[in-house]
Amino acid sequence: MDFTLTADQLSLATAVDGLASQFKDKPIEFRGFALVSAALEQQLAEAEFFDITTTPGLGPVAAALTVERLARLPYTAEVALSMLVRPHLAGAELPRPLAFVERGRPARFLAHAKSVLIADAGKLGFAQLSAADTEPVESIYAYPMGRLTRSLPTTQLSAADANEARKWLRIALAAEAAGLMQAAIDSTVEHLSVRKQFGRPLGSFQALRHRMAECAVLAGGVKLLTLKAASTGSEGDAALAAFHAQESGARLVYDLHQFLGAMGMTLEHSLHLWTYRLKLLLSELGGQAAQAQAVAQHCFG
Amino acid sequence: MDFTWDDKQTAFRAEVRAFLEANLPSDWEKLAHGPGSPAQTKLCREFCAKLARAGLLVPHWPALWGGRDADAWTAFILAEEMWAVGEPRGGQYMNVNWIGPTLMRFGSEEQKQRYIPPMARGETLWCQGFSEPESGSDLASLRTEAKRVGDNYVINGQKIWTSYAGDADTCYLLARTAPGKNGISIFLVPMSTPGITVRDIPSIIGEGDIHEVFFDDAEVPASAMLGNEGDAWNIVRAALQLERVGIPRFVLATRMLERAVSALKRADRMDPGAQLRAARARAACEVAKLYSYQIIDQRQNGRATGPEASAARVATVSCERLVAEFVVEHCPEALAGGDPMLLVHHQRAIVAGIASGAAEIQLNLVATDLLKLPREPR
Repeated sequence: MDFTLTADQLSLATAVDGLASQFKDKPIEFRGFALVSAALEQQLAEAEFFDITTTPGLGPVAAALTVERLARLPYTAEVALSMLVRPHLAGAELPRPLAFVERGRPARFLAHAKSVLIADAGKLGFAQLSAADTEPVESIYAYPMGRLTRSLPTTQLSAADANEARKWLRIALAAEAAGLMQAAIDSTVEHLSVRKQFGRPLGSFQALRHRMAECAVLAGGVKLLTLKAASTGSEGDAALAAFHAQESGARLVYDLHQFLGAMGMTLEHSLHLWTYRLKLLLSELGGQAAQAQAVAQHCFG
Repeated sequence: MDFTWDDKQTAFRAEVRAFLEANLPSDWEKLAHGPGSPAQTKLCREFCAKLARAGLLVPHWPALWGGRDADAWTAFILAEEMWAVGEPRGGQYMNVNWIGPTLMRFGSEEQKQRYIPPMARGETLWCQGFSEPESGSDLASLRTEAKRVGDNYVINGQKIWTSYAGDADTCYLLARTAPGKNGISIFLVPMSTPGITVRDIPSIIGEGDIHEVFFDDAEVPASAMLGNEGDAWNIVRAALQLERVGIPRFVLATRMLERAVSALKRADRMDPGAQLRAARARAACEVAKLYSYQIIDQRQNGRATGPEASAARVATVSCERLVAEFVVEHCPEALAGGDPMLLVHHQRAIVAGIASGAAEIQLNLVATDLLKLPREPR
């Protein structure tokens, strides 16, 4: 049992921080939902960060930490599936960006994806994509959303690969959610520290302090569960991480917007960039009920 | 970062489990489980003496004081295994976790020689005289007074909700020697001192647990003071850091949740509603565990305990609550003549947010120290 990062993990974290710092600010003039950066995508690829899981000395914990860190940015890119799911499906040819479509619904990053995992009727398959297979969809989810234009022929994953894919999809979801929650909390703390009412900063009122503290404990818990799941690769740990991410995410989205008040309703403020991404994650992989079923299967003998 | 146990840790856990297997009476679960009930107190004394003889009572203490110089993880693995079966050390866990280590650090030579060896042998039970009728979470407002008279201190006042006071032989007492937060001092007071009266308070958590303790001109020598006048606040803060994550409540909570879920599965009663609530409770247990491990890791590496200790406490309270609520909703029969350990867990779970300071204080600390939110005006 050791919570200290290895030297390799630490130097990676420093490098990721350096890269991320160029993308830490939302452009002042941006007033939309999906803030995407091709430059971020390109720099991640050039630094070979999409290969962290298979890089000697690094591995899934380093990948999960990187996904969490990058999810804190106002900009988004297809990071989580490429870093945490794709490397575990070496037998399937999955050029990135990679998307994940459930029940034919619109999915994040699908319109620009080169390949897709498709879950349907309890089965999991994959397909490579050409431009005509997808189209963008307008949405408030703060990710670039797309949908399939036709039903695609897919290659089914073996039962073992499908289990592996579901497990890492859960870990990827939790890692992304952990970063989104942390960024949303940081942004809210800043507002509560500056905004004054009744002559005091809002953050000095105990009613808000306690709820914020509860949010922080939940978000920190999601991160801890995620890192453990990435480290052990256990199906039970993955189910717990995704369950706690979806359960805590719902609470945080509501509470943090409540704390931001009308300021959080504006597109000028960044909060929605993280919370409206979280909203999409709440429904993925079958939502809490499906994660609970997985917990019942894997965590209780 | 590594979430697995090394060979030494695995072997130590196996050693503790083998000891429990061999030494915990077969009717342990059916015992009258008030944390301070006569039956449990008697058993705890015998059990702790056996633990001590096996070198398993204070392995993390220095060899000088009967320990094995084992590390922070060893101490926590031991605590986990004890809590997993319902803490057969009873109130002696306090000696092991923080009273002993605090005396080693702050005690006079005479105090160490007098009090530490019997603790290491598992022969002694302490109580902590902290809370008062007017001073709970606001501990610094306490009013019990110790007045210097010649070579002695004369103590007057009242403590309340004191665990184990009925059977304790010594009290770790906080009393005021001057006004203000820095006017509080610690006294190591034999409970046989004339002028001390103990009254049992019947409680929802079980027989013999909480008490009122009255001090009427109870006189102790000046040598009973731990440290110097006014040292209490700093000493207690150090001790509470050990206390807060010293109790791995999540272990018993997890085990009781697993037991309840097993029963439901056998009866084919694990419906989607139960599944959802069980997952919620199980995730909360795991979160409490990982937050606690983070603190033990800090201790192990000689780092100062961070504000995560408060987060660990908040997470622990949440897991105790969710497991207790799960049992009530889905296995109500367990608390009505069903499973005695589920009952014990349920009764003790409510303590998690109250003992050693209300959990709301920990929420304040998370807000101030972890989130860096502005403080409340005082």
